[in-house]
Amino acid sequence: MNQVERGACELHEMDELAARQSPIHSLCPLAKLLTTIAYLVTVLSFRKYDLSGVTVMLLYPVLLFQLSGIPVRTCFHKLRFVLPLVMAVGLFNPFFDRQPMLTLGALTLSGGVISMLTLMLKGVFCLMTAFLLMATTSIDALCAALRRLRLSGMPVTLLLLTYRYVGIMAEEAAAMTDAYHLRAPGQRGIRFSAWGSFLGQLLLRSMDRGSELYSGMQLRGFRGEFHYAAMKPWRWSDTVYLTVCVALFLVFRLFHLAQLLGSLLVR
Amino acid sequence: MHMADALLAPAVAATMYVCSGTAAGISAHKLRKEENPQKLPTMAVTAALVFAGQMINYTIPGTGSSGHLCGGMLLSALLGPQAGFLSMIVILTIQCLFFADGGLLALGANVWNMAFYGCFVGYYLIWRPILRSGLFACAEEKTGQRARVILASILGSVVSLQLGAFSVVLETGLSGITELPFGAFVLLMQPIHLAIGLIEGLITAAVLVFVYESRPELLQDVDASDSGVSAKRSLRATLVILAVVAAVVGGGLSLAASSNPDGLEWALFGNTEAGYSENMGLDEETFGLSSSASETAGAIQEVTSVLPDYAFPDSESPAGTTVSGLVGSAMVAGVALLICAAGGFFRKRRANSAQEQ
Repeated sequence: MNQVERGACELHEMDELAARQSPIHSLCPLAKLLTTIAYLVTVLSFRKYDLSGVTVMLLYPVLLFQLSGIPVRTCFHKLRFVLPLVMAVGLFNPFFDRQPMLTLGALTLSGGVISMLTLMLKGVFCLMTAFLLMATTSIDALCAALRRLRLSGMPVTLLLLTYRYVGIMAEEAAAMTDAYHLRAPGQRGIRFSAWGSFLGQLLLRSMDRGSELYSGMQLRGFRGEFHYAAMKPWRWSDTVYLTVCVALFLVFRLFHLAQLLGSLLVR
Repeated sequence: MHMADALLAPAVAATMYVCSGTAAGISAHKLRKEENPQKLPTMAVTAALVFAGQMINYTIPGTGSSGHLCGGMLLSALLGPQAGFLSMIVILTIQCLFFADGGLLALGANVWNMAFYGCFVGYYLIWRPILRSGLFACAEEKTGQRARVILASILGSVVSLQLGAFSVVLETGLSGITELPFGAFVLLMQPIHLAIGLIEGLITAAVLVFVYESRPELLQDVDASDSGVSAKRSLRATLVILAVVAAVVGGGLSLAASSNPDGLEWALFGNTEAGYSENMGLDEETFGLSSSASETAGAIQEVTSVLPDYAFPDSESPAGTTVSGLVGSAMVAGVALLICAAGGFFRKRRANSAQEQ
């Protein structure tokens, strides 16, 4: 399996996860989207040294993972893109910010170490929550939610169309890559001089296909926008979910829960 | 160059959303006024193609780094700046939602850094002026046009990537995320993105020259009537030639399998020996133990180290992270583990009861 094919598989995997059944899957996509945004804003609003404050935010994704039955492993696989970058930026903090901030026995933690850990936790938490949103919501449902937020129809339609084509394109590119490698055994990739023709040929074919597809769509009555047949209605459970979650985030943010919990033990 | 959520403060993320959203709104409005609905599927297909092309990393010879096709310049040359910008937004959205490449809140910033510069700056300030200029006029018409396409692609990619990389530094700096001094961060980011921009420019140029030679009417600002009619090939002829070229070329370097880190990662990670020790030396004076903040912290440390094994319930460290805070965090982790255990237990019981039935 080559890299392009793996990308296509990853897309299919997300589709399959989103098609499962669970209490979280059955919520209205709009409620999930709003809750996720509230969560992200809350996590990012923690100050850069507030390590223990951020840790409390772990509870939400963990609870969601358990309720939705989505495997955590899949999510951590996706960390490979985001985490190196966050770590790279954070790794400089211990060297530049050396003021001691916390002493645990013989161990002294500097402000830089704490801000680095906070940054990494923020990165992981935000990623987990955004992943959970997509793993429990199909792209069609999400687009319907975006339309409900009065987002202009054209970008949303474009998003849906592109998402459908990405699968086809990736398969096509994967097949071309395989064909090329079969003709050039033992080579690691495609020579740079062939790149223009490789992508270019696929591009020309695709653009022709695009206009054919459009004719097809028009014949079936497409007038510039899709109709979302299976739009989930907003129910009282969605209101409860959104209100409870946002209230909890506010409590987590405004009250130092970890501190309070800790002071029960450490006196 | 995809930024994660953690690298941005909410205020910066929101500002970037507003900027990118405004640009997107204006673009959508302009496209709607053009009333060319046929463009929509073409945009989608082209975006999907660029997406597939982006999954491929290009090794930059000699540095051990790798970059990928950003696509902004390619899309605006093929579709025009507005349609290209919207297509880039869609690509970045799919990457963010399904591949976790870039954060959901950071999407506004990512769109600005990677799509806005490539599509608008790259198109209006570089692509269009160069393509309409009399550069290389002394050469044969077709050769001159080809040279203009190559020049515009490379220059456009380099400039838009430089601007994008600078924006990453600016946004991270404004968010107060990194302690890395602004100057050092810029010095780390710009050169590596210069190399990436050059590579991207070369790939973009290769694709656009191919398109120009086969179907010049597809390119923006290229007058097909006087340049490519004689050279224009039918799709079938193109396919045949390409099949032959693909069979003959057979070999090479860079398609996939490039496990080297992305440029931003390299700028910060891979450079440890070269830039980073110097920066540390430079910064010890500014960030060293002589500042007033560190004196306060030092005083706190003095107090705490008297009784190192005990925590002080009322000692508020300036940062808000205290020992009891950390103990509390450990308890939170414990609760999280309990939730996991409970989830596992209930799932197993449900599976068992389903089996019994």
